[in-house]
Amino acid sequence: MTALLQLDRVEARYGPVKALHGISLEVAEGELVAVLGANGAGKTTTLRAVSGTVRRTGDVIFRGAKLPRRPDAAARAGIAHVPEGRGTFSELSVWENLRLGAYTRRGGVKEDAQRVFGYFPRLEERKGQQAGTLSGGEQQMLALGRAMMARPKLVLLDEPSLGLAPMLVTEIFQRLERMRTDEGIAVLVVEQNANLALAHAAHAYVLEVGKVVVSGPSDELRANESVRRSYLGY
Amino acid sequence: MRLKLGLEVLGLLALAALIVVMPRLVSSFTAYEMATVGMYFIALLGLSILTGYSGQISLGHGAFMAVGGYTTAVLSTNGIYGHPIRDIWTIPIAGVVAGAAGLLVGIPALRLSGLYLALITFGIAVSFRQIPLKFDHFLGGTSGKVLSLLETPFGLSATPNNWIYYLTWGIAFVLLVVAWLFVRGKPGRTLKAIRDSEIAAASSGISLARYKTLAFALSAFYAGVAGSLYAIARGFMNPDVFPIVLSVYLVAALALGGVDSFAGLILGASAIYVLINRTGDVTNWINHVPGINLNAQRPGMPDVIFGAVLIVVLILLPTGVGGALRKLFGPLTTRLYSRS
Amino acid sequence: MLLAAFTWTEFAQQLTAGIRQGAVFAGLALALVIIYRSTRAINFAQGEMATFTTFICWSLMNHGLSFWAAFPIVLVIAFTGGVAIERTIIRPVENGPVITIVIVTLGLALLLNGLMSVIWGGGSRPFDGPFSTRTIDVGGVPISVQDIGIVVVSFVLVGLLALFFRFTKLGLGLRAAALNRDSSELVGVRVGWMLAFGWGLAAVLGAVSGMMVAPILFLDPNMMQTILLYAFAAAVLGGLDSPVGAVVGGLLLGLAITLLGRYVGFVGDVLKLPAALLLILLVLLVKPNGLFGRVTVRRV
Repeated sequence: MTALLQLDRVEARYGPVKALHGISLEVAEGELVAVLGANGAGKTTTLRAVSGTVRRTGDVIFRGAKLPRRPDAAARAGIAHVPEGRGTFSELSVWENLRLGAYTRRGGVKEDAQRVFGYFPRLEERKGQQAGTLSGGEQQMLALGRAMMARPKLVLLDEPSLGLAPMLVTEIFQRLERMRTDEGIAVLVVEQNANLALAHAAHAYVLEVGKVVVSGPSDELRANESVRRSYLGY
Repeated sequence: MRLKLGLEVLGLLALAALIVVMPRLVSSFTAYEMATVGMYFIALLGLSILTGYSGQISLGHGAFMAVGGYTTAVLSTNGIYGHPIRDIWTIPIAGVVAGAAGLLVGIPALRLSGLYLALITFGIAVSFRQIPLKFDHFLGGTSGKVLSLLETPFGLSATPNNWIYYLTWGIAFVLLVVAWLFVRGKPGRTLKAIRDSEIAAASSGISLARYKTLAFALSAFYAGVAGSLYAIARGFMNPDVFPIVLSVYLVAALALGGVDSFAGLILGASAIYVLINRTGDVTNWINHVPGINLNAQRPGMPDVIFGAVLIVVLILLPTGVGGALRKLFGPLTTRLYSRS
Repeated sequence: MLLAAFTWTEFAQQLTAGIRQGAVFAGLALALVIIYRSTRAINFAQGEMATFTTFICWSLMNHGLSFWAAFPIVLVIAFTGGVAIERTIIRPVENGPVITIVIVTLGLALLLNGLMSVIWGGGSRPFDGPFSTRTIDVGGVPISVQDIGIVVVSFVLVGLLALFFRFTKLGLGLRAAALNRDSSELVGVRVGWMLAFGWGLAAVLGAVSGMMVAPILFLDPNMMQTILLYAFAAAVLGGLDSPVGAVVGGLLLGLAITLLGRYVGFVGDVLKLPAALLLILLVLLVKPNGLFGRVTVRRV
């Protein structure tokens, strides 16, 4: 079975600085895959390379077709990117944020919103509120909800646990799991908290200085003590 | 380092020689034209200190020229307590008055960031015209004031055109040297620090305010001197002598010529001269192109060309033509401000 | 000598004239704000763009069209022109320093001004507006039909725009692109085209302002230069990134200038412009973000 997403020796640069030196990875349909590594390893850049928001060379193949390098192409193809820091529009209302999530689609917006509210009832309570007034956890939920509104096949999730209390993080990951299994969405998640990520992911890639150094099923990675110590920090 | 300094001094001396010799090589009228270019050059020099060095933008420097022009006009006609002052002595006074106006603008300017400063100074350019209309009793209203015709003083044996040429370029040379010293010295280096990072400069405790307002006052002084010379040369002064568009031309010329290069400033001054004083000629000149027959009574073409050139150059060469020239010809174009 | 002779009738007339002035300022100020929000720069060519499109209207009317027949055509031309300008000359310098964008707009202003001179000549000429200059009786006060017409047109336009921004997907996309480019790209908004659309809208607003004001000021290439300054003042007063501020600021400024000009002898007609300038300065010194603007913190 061909993968949903394939990166083939993708390189990326910020101006003169090269951040990715040939990354290859795969995400299967409905799978949760983690990208791990230290700060500056290129995890965020990898996600950006997929969504087309950084200059890249090399192929990104999604659902069998090469993704063009324009930022909106990924969104239209069915990839939802939740960036580091949530990327919510703080001056717009919760409802407007969700509405924007469905920007590339026509129709059925109300029903999709209802489904999102099903997963995150608190968002419905705060429907008319300015997104900037929400708590950190609520903003993360809003970001996920917005991603869902696009009815994506793949969600790119960057550091969902950042700045959130552990209990909240667990709750979010649980809801994420529900979304994933109910809707059949694949997730490529970048996480600093390797333990947490490996607990949920089927598969993981460890990055260092813009290259994949280790990859494999999460059980194996978790079991491998030298990998854990050298790359995962625990 | 020493070599560069030597080159720059040599450059200045060569320039001085050229200034002295030029009138023998050209017609009297051309000397007059060159004098006018020199006046715009002085104004641009001042503006380059402000924008290039302290990083503040002014879209209203035409108004400072007008202040200088009006000061000279009033002093040489009404004078002080009824005693008219001879035109050349009004030049430094005009500069100082304009400089004071610059100070007045420079102080609130401290609180305004680039875009807002551009707005305010543009506002000055647009609304300055109203001042002589309001105080028409003193400043002559729409008809303005008439000065005495340009004449050579002290019985010197030069034609009036040559006289104004030497006067203008003599002053320009002095002011150039002053600018050169200013830029190489403490004020200039401080300003350069400010331009490169206002935040860094602020946190290292340099007196931002003092240097920035000084730059404004100084640049206004230059503009005032230029305006004064212009009024003397023309023999009259009214609200339309320094139009709104002149302020735009000054900034545009700086953008085109680059703030750092002497050649750029001369080019810019020449461009302004053509745009303000020779629009009709440009239209006639364009009409030589087969197929084009423009009405010389509708002199808009120079602006169209200038505007288009400005846009294209800014899109292609963000540092301006002078910057590009400098890259091409290296040390040959005399560099005004050294980059240490 | 401060207060000249005062009658309630005249006051009512000055009030309507002030609101009418304010409506014109508001339209142009709104155009400036729309561009500022998306492009982060002030379009110094806004006035010349407005005058240019007004000249096109004049030309169309000279060819036999009535004002209201020419009106929609001019709006379409203005919109297209705005989009074209953004895509061709603004886009290359969009991501650079703001000052470059400003100077490019200055170049555009020069170009358009010169072009108008070349095509239509520099003198001023009368412009047949859509509203008659007669007055109607409102509660005993003779009010100019033109004033009412201009205010109504401006309000309708602004109202339509407000509805557009609030309730349509495209309007939401435009707002999003202005607020947060990166996040907008991620949800599939074509930010570049949103910017262009914004310029198109601004051009339309400018065109309407120009066509409203031409009958009063008479049409010449420099017609909008002073109005542009008032529009700057209104936008700054309201807050450069606030559309509501632009409208409110415009109305307030129009009223203030008209009343000041009429009732404060020193200001009169002549010093209205410097008064507006001083107002901008005061607002910037006291409330740098205007009445409705957002405060941005510069993190060192």
